[in-house]
Amino acid sequence: MSDLAEIISRNEDQIRAEWIRDMGTSVQRADLMSKTELNEQCKTLLGGVVQGMKSSAPSDIKTAGWTTVREFLEGISASRARQGFSPTEVANFVLSLKPPLFIAVRHDLNKSQDKMFDTLRDATDLVDALALLTMEAYIATREELIHRQQQELMELSTPVVKLWDGILALPIIGTLDSARTQVVMENLLQTVVATNSRFAIIDITGVPTVDTLVAQHLLKTITAARLMGAECIISGVRPQIAQTIVHLGINLEDVMTRANLSDAFGLALQMSGRAVVRKTAATAESKGILAGPMTKQEK
Amino acid sequence: MSETRRETLPLKNSNDVVLARQKVRQWATELRFTLVDQTKLVTAASELARNTLDHGKGGAMAIEQVGVGGRVGLKLIFEDQGPGIPDIEIALKDGFTTGNGMGLGLGGSKRLVNEFSIDSTPGKGTRVTVVRWK
Amino acid sequence: MERIPVLRMGSLLLITIQVDMHDKLALQLQDDVTNRIAEWGSKGVLIDISSLEIVDSFIGRMLANIASMSRVLGAETVVVGMQPAVAITLVELGMSLPGVRTALSVEAGMELLYGVGAGFRTGSEDERDEA
Repeated sequence: MSDLAEIISRNEDQIRAEWIRDMGTSVQRADLMSKTELNEQCKTLLGGVVQGMKSSAPSDIKTAGWTTVREFLEGISASRARQGFSPTEVANFVLSLKPPLFIAVRHDLNKSQDKMFDTLRDATDLVDALALLTMEAYIATREELIHRQQQELMELSTPVVKLWDGILALPIIGTLDSARTQVVMENLLQTVVATNSRFAIIDITGVPTVDTLVAQHLLKTITAARLMGAECIISGVRPQIAQTIVHLGINLEDVMTRANLSDAFGLALQMSGRAVVRKTAATAESKGILAGPMTKQEK
Repeated sequence: MSETRRETLPLKNSNDVVLARQKVRQWATELRFTLVDQTKLVTAASELARNTLDHGKGGAMAIEQVGVGGRVGLKLIFEDQGPGIPDIEIALKDGFTTGNGMGLGLGGSKRLVNEFSIDSTPGKGTRVTVVRWK
Repeated sequence: MERIPVLRMGSLLLITIQVDMHDKLALQLQDDVTNRIAEWGSKGVLIDISSLEIVDSFIGRMLANIASMSRVLGAETVVVGMQPAVAITLVELGMSLPGVRTALSVEAGMELLYGVGAGFRTGSEDERDEA
């Protein structure tokens, strides 16, 4: 193993130059990374590899001696994932190290075939291990990105609207799963605090099915709101859902429900001590067209 | 994987419980857990730390970052050499709403974390290990 | 020894909890509130927990205790300003804080105790309209 380390040390500049050259324009992505930066990255990696090999075989890439290389590769892989490099480009960054390495090994060990074969084996094991590590880090970063986008989408798709002073409405469209319900719940409660709203109407007209889990989540939201000093009203309970709820034995005794949003709004107004009043006949708007003189528009 | 950081705090008096809470909060903030996840974990830590103190007659809490692949989590280990818990099943049932129950807060804490395990030998001590993933 | 201050505003006791309480401090507060109600004949207790980022079962029990003890002494308690993350956690913990009235803000809490539009009364107890 130290053979390989020495060979790399001796030929570092040449290996690096050939490596970058062989990487090909697609891997280099001049639009995303400058030549100097790329050169620096390759230098750091090769240096770290030499250090690592001095401590142990590359099959032990998880040991302490390889920490620098590991963290470095995880770092550049993650940043490339974010920058928009493709998986192949990221893998080829590491894999294109093979040809220059093999050439250097063959050149330095051409006098002894057995040694050359063993060292070539080491070289290929090394690069493969590094490539796999790089890919794992790349995938982890992409998954994190996707997860974050999903969160944002969930928040965007369930806006909380203010119906009146102190009365909020949360129209939910689509299926409610565990993750989405949690996001929705947190969003609602935060808006309750921010707008000082004592009433929150959760409208589930757009929710096709309600199972036990969803019902539990809704109940938790209602309980949490109550703990904070606000009240929830569930509206838009369709007949099928009402049947499901009863069949599942879900206890909604403590929960205020209404068939539609407007009824729920009426209830919230009433509970907050307000009434909607029709203006008397004395006002202009309610006189009727035939009662008074024609307005400018009608002339 | 990179080396894991671990910190241990004593739980000898009620002020230690506060320090333990703050330490867990600090770690969770550094690892950028969401606010709700942080609150759940710190609350669970508070429950378990208090148990260790009150029921276990004092002990310690260890806190450690864990991770597999791209996942990041926080592990808390509460250990004491107290009387132990004779019946774990009963202990995990919610007792504190009655006010006079064992009040161990174990059942509730279990719901606040992703992984929960408890090891207890009557007369020897108790170890509770919990993990919350980001 | 440090204590959580209990302020008097006429017939109201106002308590703002801003520190991470250790158990002894919480028990001291329980004590102080009951003593003050007896001493001053308070009719209302308002506890502001908007700065509390953690409410565990012990603190939850403390709040419930203060509410029950106050009621026995003839005063009503309202807890205000609970943070959403705290509420979500309490629900998960299984704590429902029975017997504890809550409101979103100090103003809402006062309204609950003294009635809407009554404003705050500094001693008169006649119009305690509970919304």
